[in-house]
Amino acid sequence: MSRESALVSADWVEEHKNDAGVVLIEVDEDVSAYDAGHIAGAIKIDWQDDLQDPVRRDFVSQEQFEALLSDRGVKNDDTVVLYGGNNNWFAAYAYWYFKLYGHGDVRLLDGGRKRWELDSRELTDEVVKREATEYSAQPQNLEIRAFRDEVKDAIGVKNLVDVRSPDEYAGRLLAPAHLPQEQAQRAGHIPTAASIPWSKAANDDGTFRADDELKTLYADAGVDFGKDTIAYCRIGERSAHTWFVLHEILGQANVKNYDGSWTEWGSLVGVPVALGDEPGKA
Amino acid sequence: MCGAKKGGLDLKGVDVDKEAVIQGQVLRGEEPVGGAYVRLLDSTGEFTAEVPTSATGHFRFFAAPGSWTLRTLAPKADPVDRQVVAQYGEVAEVAVTV
Repeated sequence: MSRESALVSADWVEEHKNDAGVVLIEVDEDVSAYDAGHIAGAIKIDWQDDLQDPVRRDFVSQEQFEALLSDRGVKNDDTVVLYGGNNNWFAAYAYWYFKLYGHGDVRLLDGGRKRWELDSRELTDEVVKREATEYSAQPQNLEIRAFRDEVKDAIGVKNLVDVRSPDEYAGRLLAPAHLPQEQAQRAGHIPTAASIPWSKAANDDGTFRADDELKTLYADAGVDFGKDTIAYCRIGERSAHTWFVLHEILGQANVKNYDGSWTEWGSLVGVPVALGDEPGKA
Repeated sequence: MCGAKKGGLDLKGVDVDKEAVIQGQVLRGEEPVGGAYVRLLDSTGEFTAEVPTSATGHFRFFAAPGSWTLRTLAPKADPVDRQVVAQYGEVAEVAVTV
């Protein structure tokens, strides 16, 4: 993967948004944002209602994902272009999720909704309905998804990258500062994890920084590009953003997103937790 | 800067004693700016959070006690930085003009 194959610009979207075989999909943390205004032709996926099992904490099944994309009118060979608010957090999460279920051609709109709005580009509240399809998904590609036991075994062995804010890493906050404090039982981070906030990979306008800046960012923070990497955050959406940077833009092999993330780790009984600004020992 | 301002965001459901709330409004002249982006940077300048403003230009953060910078990005305007101190039991109210 590379920047060229994974990212598209706002100009590209303006030029290609009506092409047959291009499907724009908005995915937001604030699921009401789409209804107030979206890029013309874009459909919506709700990261919670559409992508999470309603009972267990897990994703929808392969069959449910097939039913979802069939209903929304997405074909297997479509170029899916994702974008969203919050610097593309949830759009990057959906990107990773589409890859998890084996969709071929997925792109992210660089800068997402924010860059689009700051450019004063057009948004519409027109209702979009695509003709239903028969979408066929693959079994989950677990090469890009990490579970807790693998994370425990990775302490002191693989690159662990904590992409939350420094205060969440150190244990001074349990959740991003725009959300009420909630979730995990304990604060802190997984021992040996490097603190590399997702935001360091993005410019103020939400676009991704240049490849050489990104490589320097991770290398300087202690990521060994010769090792496997697991990224995590609070619920796996910001770490999908970092997974996107490492795996899709920089083309690193063996990068996984731990979607259980801190809400799981910080509530597990018996696992090690480090407090403070230092990574801590294995 | 501190103290809930009359006409500010409704604090119903927010436990002000347990949250260090920073909130306010983005204005262009007298007009509220909806769809601007307010970034919360910590005392070292590190990004902590970001919210888009509401249609009435309002925004709110649940921060930790301490010194913060609000960086506001709005269409057709240069970024604006404002310093703010947050603490439990008080609401830091900030008006940002772009």
